[in-house]
Amino acid sequence: MSHHIIEANDLHFTYPDGTVGLDGISFRISHGESVAVVGENGSGKSTLLLHLSGCLFASKGRLRIGDTYLEQKTLNIVRRTVGMVFQNPDDQLFMPTVFDDVAFGPLNLGLTYLEAERKAMDALKTVGAEHLRNRPPYKLSQGEKRAVSIATVLSMSPDILVMDEPTSSLDPKSRRKLIELLKTFRHSKIIATHDLDMAMDLCERTIVLHQGKVTADGETLKLFQDEGLLNRSSLEKPLRTQQC
Amino acid sequence: MNNIGKNSFDIGYMDTLALGDSSLHRLDPRAKLITTLVFIVTVLSFGKHTVSAMLPFFIYPIVLISLSGLPSRYLMKKLLIVSPFAVLVGIFNPFIDREIIYYIGSIGISGGWVSFLSILLRFVLTVTAALILLSLTGFNAVCASLMKLGLPRPFVVQLLFFYRYIFVLTDEAERMERARSLRAFNSEAMNIKIFVSLIGHLLLRTIDRAERIYLAMCCRGFDGRIRMIRKMKRSYKELFFVIGWSLLFIFLRNYNITLKLGQAFTGVIK
Repeated sequence: MSHHIIEANDLHFTYPDGTVGLDGISFRISHGESVAVVGENGSGKSTLLLHLSGCLFASKGRLRIGDTYLEQKTLNIVRRTVGMVFQNPDDQLFMPTVFDDVAFGPLNLGLTYLEAERKAMDALKTVGAEHLRNRPPYKLSQGEKRAVSIATVLSMSPDILVMDEPTSSLDPKSRRKLIELLKTFRHSKIIATHDLDMAMDLCERTIVLHQGKVTADGETLKLFQDEGLLNRSSLEKPLRTQQC
Repeated sequence: MNNIGKNSFDIGYMDTLALGDSSLHRLDPRAKLITTLVFIVTVLSFGKHTVSAMLPFFIYPIVLISLSGLPSRYLMKKLLIVSPFAVLVGIFNPFIDREIIYYIGSIGISGGWVSFLSILLRFVLTVTAALILLSLTGFNAVCASLMKLGLPRPFVVQLLFFYRYIFVLTDEAERMERARSLRAFNSEAMNIKIFVSLIGHLLLRTIDRAERIYLAMCCRGFDGRIRMIRKMKRSYKELFFVIGWSLLFIFLRNYNITLKLGQAFTGVIK
């Protein structure tokens, strides 16, 4: 079974203004793995995630998701496989009510109203947000927004979850709740983050990016103990491994 | 500019009101929408010097407000906020149309004043009806029923997005303005140069956001069509509501009850 595999092969991407986003990135993520993508601001994390969801296309190199190579023709298949959660819930939640938002994906996949409703309610139940179904998104708290954002992609039953900074701007308790929730998911997960403690909790593997290149790829615990590497990548040891 | 935040919060309050649970709240949004439209059209169809015949139409907002328990004070405040537009539209009538058409005692009333009053009455009636519709139904449900009634999808989607992001936009504007005022020590008022730059930034941010939203939509299979699940019911209650009120409006449009009552009253006195 290879449909949860992500394989990047020498990805290159340059923005129209000349900024280099990706500069030869290769990796292979297999079924059920949780991978953290870390790196300083502008290291190419978000650019990479946009490639995984087919929002950007590499100028050189290929990206394989499951059995399909990502190209314009296969975009729909890939987007069905990959659920992308954006950093800002206000970008992710654009429909008038929470329920509409969660049902948006399933309806676009061509499900009947009944099925779409069931999927949406299941997803809301999973993230514990059933009671918010009729609320407009702008009236939710940050934590609730984040949970609902995740429900909007869960309802499409993706095989792979891709998340950009899921714990940013959450209070400690909401953050902890989110981490516990993500632990229960059995999808392959790719999480771009600055929150190295969360990465330690959730991801057994980490990819470190620096100026559009992969500078390290390996076991999370090991990488986060390598101070030289962290320094070079403008990162800091996770709080919990810092001895005071 | 703190008012920005306050006003948008107030718009949000209408949605809170729409969560109420009176029999009028539970009515199908389409019924309320159609009735409101009939009401507005009949009120606007009166001649330009009509005043008395319009008065009985107040029965509609009064009945709706009292049955649904909406806060009339809040609605009146909203009405006052938009009233300058109506005043501006009518204020020149008394200067243009000076022909005397009524006498009260020995004081002559010109057609201009009468038509000005007529414009104000129309404004109060129609805007109150629209406000009641929104606070009984909620903006989104009104949009959904517009779609069900056949308004082209792109228009409805524009409205929905407008309503979804107006709050985000006002929040952003408020934050920018706060950041400015915290660093503008001696000048409370904003000069035009700063204002232009603020507005420009707001536009750029909006464009960026639009792009991100579009990407988020694409990631979830957006293909140019917004699909929504909306269950609407149609029962005798809705039918009765629409037909009952519409008949009353048409009757009031054709018979000047105020005049008839007045004549009957003066007849009794004589």
